[in-house]
Amino acid sequence: MSATASSEPVLSLENVSIGFDKGNVLDGLSFSVAPRETKILIGESGSGKTLILKLAAGLIQPDSGTVEMLGHHLGHMTEKDLLAFRRNVGFVFQEGALFDSLTVADNVAYGLREEHVKEEDIEPRVRESLRFVEMEDSLEKFPSELSGGMRRRVSIARALVTQPLVVLYDSPTAGLDPVTSQTIITLILRLRDTQGVTSMLATHRLQDAFGLASYRYDGQSGRVVPVAHNGATRPSGAATTFVVLREGKVYFEGSPPELAETRDAYLRRFLL
Amino acid sequence: MATTDPKLLEPNSFSVTGALSDGAKRWVLHVQEYSLLSAQSVARLFSPPYYVSDVLDQMDIIGVGSLPIVLLTGFFIGAVMVLQTAAQFERFGQTALTADVVSLALVRELGPSITGLLVAGRNASGMASELGSMIVTEQVDAMRAMGTDPVRKLVTPRVVATVLMLPLLTAMADFLGLIGGYLVSFFTLRLGAVTFWTRAIDILEFSDLMQGLTKPIVFGFIIATVGCYQGLNVKGGTQGVGRATTQAVVTASVIILVSNFFLTKLMLYLAGHLF
Repeated sequence: MSATASSEPVLSLENVSIGFDKGNVLDGLSFSVAPRETKILIGESGSGKTLILKLAAGLIQPDSGTVEMLGHHLGHMTEKDLLAFRRNVGFVFQEGALFDSLTVADNVAYGLREEHVKEEDIEPRVRESLRFVEMEDSLEKFPSELSGGMRRRVSIARALVTQPLVVLYDSPTAGLDPVTSQTIITLILRLRDTQGVTSMLATHRLQDAFGLASYRYDGQSGRVVPVAHNGATRPSGAATTFVVLREGKVYFEGSPPELAETRDAYLRRFLL
Repeated sequence: MATTDPKLLEPNSFSVTGALSDGAKRWVLHVQEYSLLSAQSVARLFSPPYYVSDVLDQMDIIGVGSLPIVLLTGFFIGAVMVLQTAAQFERFGQTALTADVVSLALVRELGPSITGLLVAGRNASGMASELGSMIVTEQVDAMRAMGTDPVRKLVTPRVVATVLMLPLLTAMADFLGLIGGYLVSFFTLRLGAVTFWTRAIDILEFSDLMQGLTKPIVFGFIIATVGCYQGLNVKGGTQGVGRATTQAVVTASVIILVSNFFLTKLMLYLAGHLF
């Protein structure tokens, strides 16, 4: 897709508003995501983080404003066109959203079968994807047999098996213990740094956000290593930026050091 | 002249007409959304991709899965009809008429209606709870996020399977009903097999079979679309799934009974003019 090859934003939200019975959740929100960038959405519960991800995937339409993703104006597309468009986007849902009547292998293979990939090509790709999340030994298990962290890992495998250009993560570590959370964050790091995927991640856990910003996956050693202070060891273009939401608007947008050094009382609440 | 700030009245500004108006709007919206989903489920039949394996799965769940209860119920409906009518016909010495009554009532009316209601109870609820759970756990959103049309994948196969299976289930229920009727008439009225089956078959006309097998097609469509509509419109978590399940059975059953009246009227009209 041309959007990833150029410096044009992969995703752009312009003056987006959307509301429900109790008023607007997003109110004139604007920001963009550059190619290979990792945008981290931070906000309190109900601040509209999930809504932004769903808007970006074209799963819902805003009441006003425009959403452009991978060069497509989502508001101008029919549902049929959106279905085809979404195959370029991986979506990791908060609770995994695995199909509970399908095995792990069938869950991961689902997207490939929808794309009519030959059956003999599906198995190796499913295995490769599950190997990436270290779940290759759970091919025949059903989601109900997996722990919360394992379900998230399968969900990541399912999202990346079709090699999407953009991956959207909805609170991927919510409700998980710190060790499992770290495993998930490491997987996201690996995906970002080995495949150069543009991503947007919603979270209210700032330690995860700073983990993504402060570490990188070293393909040669196969380990997660700290990014040098000047960012010299970060893969080119793989910037991590934060967007803090408040009352339906972008309250803060900037780099991890800018957020870490802020004196703003509202922002400091997230840092504690 | 002093005026009252309307905002101050807001907390207590309940009005009967307002509530009725809101209720009517909600009802119209439901009818609109239901009609739209029904039309979409049919429209998806005319363009690929087709989910044939899902249709076969649903045919197994709806057809084979419902067979035991449909057969059992059909048998006892036929049997009880003979028990109820035998005494009346005995008074006139016309016991052979029980075969006519059982046959006509089962094929025209009871077979389609009872089978429709049974399958509504079993499968409309199943569809509502299954799709409702998928909504609550974001599986339907995940499906859309992976480029799958939920109507094409979830609704159309269920509609096709129910429409194909219900006439077959009805035919089986009719047959088992006749067997039940025959057995009871043999043991209580000493009606011979040849007499019973000859009368039961001879009384039926082509229009009766048309009526008996057309109704299930409509009922099947109602069961699947109502079940799927209720499931896909679940709100409020697991409690909402429970509500949708109940609502699916009640709505499908009521629509089946109401539409049965109009279908009967239409079929009788067509029988008089066409067949």
